[in-house]
Formats: sequence, structure tokens, C-alpha cells
Amino acid sequence: MSAREKILNAIASNQPELTALPLMDKNVLIRYEDVYAQFKTVLESIGGKVKLIPSLTELKEQLIADKASGNFVVNAIADLGKLDNQVASFTALDLEKVEKAYIKGTAGVAENGAVWIYESQMLNRLLPFICQHLIIVIDIAAIVATMHQAYENIDVAKEGFGAFIAGPSKTADIEQSLVIGAHGARSATIYVVG
Amino acid sequence: MKTTHAALAEKFIADEPRTNWHDETLWFVREKRDKAAHGLPEWEQLREWGSQIKNHTLSNLSNYLKEFEEKAVANGIKVHWAADGDEHNKIIHDIIRKHNIQKIVKSKSMLTEECHLNEYLQEHGIEVVDTDLGERIVQFRKEPPSHIVLPAIHLKKEDVSATFHEHLGTEKGNNDPQYLTEAARQHLRDKFVQSQLAITGVNFAVAETGGFVVCTNEGNADMGAHTAPVHIACMGFEKIIPKAEHLSVFLRLLARSATGQPITTYSSHFHKPRPNQEMHIVIVDNGRSRQLGREDFRNSLKCIRCAACFNTCPVYRRSGGHSYHTAVAGPIGSILNPNLDMKANADLPFASTLCGSCTNVCPVKINIHEQLWKWRQIIVAEGYVAASKKMGMMGMDFLLSRPTVYRFAGKMGRWLMRILPFVTNNKLNVWYKQREMPEPPKESFRDWYLKNGKTNKK
Repeated sequence: MSAREKILNAIASNQPELTALPLMDKNVLIRYEDVYAQFKTVLESIGGKVKLIPSLTELKEQLIADKASGNFVVNAIADLGKLDNQVASFTALDLEKVEKAYIKGTAGVAENGAVWIYESQMLNRLLPFICQHLIIVIDIAAIVATMHQAYENIDVAKEGFGAFIAGPSKTADIEQSLVIGAHGARSATIYVVG
Repeated sequence: MKTTHAALAEKFIADEPRTNWHDETLWFVREKRDKAAHGLPEWEQLREWGSQIKNHTLSNLSNYLKEFEEKAVANGIKVHWAADGDEHNKIIHDIIRKHNIQKIVKSKSMLTEECHLNEYLQEHGIEVVDTDLGERIVQFRKEPPSHIVLPAIHLKKEDVSATFHEHLGTEKGNNDPQYLTEAARQHLRDKFVQSQLAITGVNFAVAETGGFVVCTNEGNADMGAHTAPVHIACMGFEKIIPKAEHLSVFLRLLARSATGQPITTYSSHFHKPRPNQEMHIVIVDNGRSRQLGREDFRNSLKCIRCAACFNTCPVYRRSGGHSYHTAVAGPIGSILNPNLDMKANADLPFASTLCGSCTNVCPVKINIHEQLWKWRQIIVAEGYVAASKKMGMMGMDFLLSRPTVYRFAGKMGRWLMRILPFVTNNKLNVWYKQREMPEPPKESFRDWYLKNGKTNKK
């Protein structure tokens, strides 16, 4: 008998009688008067920066300036300017030099400051993690109160990969002292358009 | 001689200021958890949902595992099954040999600790680099993690500084956490970009979609998994949840329970390998199916490894993770480990005050303290306790079930403590250690009550 059969048989004979899944009444969930304000407060409390912008104009100019600075800056947002599609095939050694990446997010979560990003929005799976500084852009209408509504608005299996990202990379593994910039981005700025 | 929790804890508490620091630090984490939990009016409802989803999953586990496998295979993931730790290690070793892999990075996985993967591979001449900062620190020091979420919580920044000075050449005596973390960042980025294999754990595996979720704050799981041409994710079979929508419940509970954060920085959802990447999942039993069959203990398999029970435990906080001599320490470890090896871990269910705080904070409502008590009964019945404890319990049983003998013994005890105090005030009496014995009262409560109880009654 293979390990698979052995394990599945043991489980089948040892598992308890079937119980039901809970019916989750979404009416009990926390509501926020202003989801944007909550999103901003939480994100700032976990090391992120949040800016409300009326349109993409300011960001377009910033991207042009960033590109002109000579740093390796990657744009993954079509609305901002030319896409750096070439990074899709870049290796970690190439991407290691990325100073800043501009990435669009699909949904923002007010209760925890997380933003859902699909693989297709990253151009390369590694990009939002390996870049030194991360810029995420979301529409204000894409911010929902909790993770429950966020999962209703996304399809986790639509693409090969996707992630909720909440602020910059961090660690407190040395004496519980919070240090921003562990292995991933040293800063995360979320621009909310609306 | 076997190393027991009590003996190891004695070593840990020899350094009193450090013990106090450890205690206070973990209590601080517990307080952060409280603050996060109290911020959500539906917190108790979330715990109830989490508990019921896990109960349901365990009751239909074989079907969910088959569904998960089918979907994962359709997604292009290779699925392996391992009956025990040894099979798990061999599966990984085979993949390493097939690709002639030299450079391996691993993010946190308590399962690989449980299976002793690093040691196994080391014996075969293969080096694994742990990439979680805390895990890298303890790996340099050749120590196991002392906490499942905060692996280096037993260390002070001076210890980390000395370790990094030795292994990474950082400035001697520079204890700045920012500086030390930066040094580790540079060192590990180098390891990430060269990696040929990334090993990660799994926080949740979704039956409905055949994908899995890995949560980190540092980003180390992603740095490895999206770089290396081969990714192996290792999971105990209890990591399964039925649907993607259930992730909302568990991701809301996990980080708040663990560290008081509203969510981990990265919650990465893996469904398909990237082009030219190989993605493997190893599903491990290692005693779990046996635990599933133990009615009193099966719901220990609901655990989501948040470590809230560690941080709140008065014994863990004052004895340190290493005193539990197992991969998963703390209260949850003390109900999981006797299933893995009852004899070797017979001491663990006794390393508790049974205060019940673990049960109160558990995000999936595992009745941890009741299971600790139940394990004690089994362990005594199986004869795995020290003769002194067994004799003591038999003596107590005799005494406490015979009121006349009990009253006489009480009287004798009070008299003896008064006229011959050295009978109790000596090194043989463990209750006398670090304590003064109390003044013996002149009479027992019962005697007092017989005299005064009735007259005071209204």
C-alpha cells in the first residue's frame, strides 16, 4: 500500500462523524463609517504610508522623475506610462537591483491595511518582494471593510499567484524591537485614487 | 538520565533577570493580542467560526485531502504523501538529488523541525539556510527555535550581536537591532538570489482550489519561492480548509492571536508554479491520523500555530521553549507531543498549572488545558511517570478519600511543623525550594467551622 492510501485510509477510519460548516452571518462584522480613514490609520500603524490623490497626474510625473534619476525603477501600471514588460523574464539577480516598483492593486482592506495584488499586476512574482521601495496604487472604491468582503471581490485561483501585502517588510526577531525592512521592501507607499 | 521539562526549566531560571525579561516580553505580546482581539466586536464569533470550520474539516478530512490533491495536480503542482518524518525527508532528498541541487533556502516550517529535515540533509552533506531572521540566528548558534512564531525570543540583542560578529563579521559590541537586521538582510539576499530550491511551510491549504497560503512578515518565503527553480511546500495534513472564503476567518484570527498585528505583511496565495518552475507539496501524517482517532485529543489538530497559548502560559513564560525539548513547545506542544512519543514526552502534560488561559486565548477553541489533564491520566495509567510521583499520588488518593485519616494527618502535620520544623523545612521537600514554609495554623478550617460556623449563620 502506498503512503497515500495508508494515510487516507487511516484518516477515513479515524475521522469523527460529519459536522456542518457554520453559516456565517456577515451582519455581525465590523463596519467603518469611513473605510478609507480606517485603511489609512491601520496602514500607518504598521509602517506603511498612505496618500490620497485625486488623479494619476502627480504619480505620472513622479514616475518620470524616478526613471530620470538613473535608479532601476519598474512600472507595472499601464495607466501611468510605458509598462516595463521586460522584467517578466528577469531573474532574481537582475531584479535585486530594483530600487522602486509601481504596482496596481485590486482590493484594499480597511481592517488591516492589506492590498490584494494579482500576479498579472506584478509583471514578475518576485517584483513586489525584492524591490527596495514599493508603490501600490488602488482605487478608493476598491477599499472594503474586512477580509470577508475582500475575498468576495477577488478570485484567489484565477491566476497562479496572488498576495495580500500590508505595508513594508518587517521583523521583531531581535528582542522584539520592530525593524522595518527585513527581506522585502524597506518602504511601502499606497496611493489611493479618488 | 532523561532530560525533563523540570530539569531544563531549572537551568533556564538560574538567570533570574533574564527569566523576568522573557516573562515580561511574552506577556507584552499577549497584551498586544488582547488589544487586537478587543478591536473587533465579532472576535468571539470569529473564534467560533474558526472552531466550527476546523471541526467540520476534520470530520470530512479524507475527502478534502483528495479534493485538494486533485485540484493541485490540475494546477500543475506535484503532490507527495509521507507517512512519517523519515518519508518526508527522503522525498525532499530525492528531489534535491534529481536536480543536483546545492543551494537551498528555507522559510519557517515547524513541520520540517518536527521531522528534523535540516539534520537529515546535513548528514547527507547538504546545507539548508534558514531565512527567517530568528531562525537564522538560532541556526548559527546550533540551537533549535524556542518559540514557533518568535524563534529567538530566548536571546538578548547582545547574544545576537556576538553571533553575527562571529558568523557575519558585524562590528563587535554593536547591539543595534536595526544594524543587525540590515546585516542579515544583506547576507540572506545573497542566499536568495543564488537559491536553487526553496522550502516553505504552509499555513492553509484550500481544498476547493488546490492552492496554499504562506504568511510571513519578513517576505522570506516569497523571496525564496519566486526565485528558486524548485519550490517544495511541506504541510501536515491538518492544514486543509474547505474553501477560499474560509481564509477570511483564519487570516483575521492568525496574526491578531500571534503578535497582535491586524495581518501579517505578506499573505501569499500559491496556485500554480511559474513558467519553468517546479512546485511540490509534501503532505505529511507523522502520527496525525493516530491523533485523529483519539477522541479526547483529536481537536488538537485544529491548531493554526499562532502561539497565543505560549505567550499566555505562566509556565512557558518562565521556563523558556527549550525546556520542552520538542519542536513545538508550549501548551499546544504538550498535547501534541505525547502522541508522537508518549514515553519521551511524558513530562510535558505536567508542565502546566492547568489554569486554562491557553484555552481562553486559542483562536480555534482547542480545550488545551482539559487535554493536558487527560494526558496526565493516560500517562500515569501507562506507567510513564516517576515512581516518586506515582507513590505521591497514591498516598494522596488514600488520604483524600478517607476523611478520618485526613483529619488525623492534618493534626499531626500541624503539630510536627510546630515542634520539629526541620521535617518540612529541608532540601528534600521541593515545596521548600525558594520558599519559606507557612506558619502552621493552630486549628484546621473544619475545626474552626464546627465551633463558629453555626453561631455566625443568620
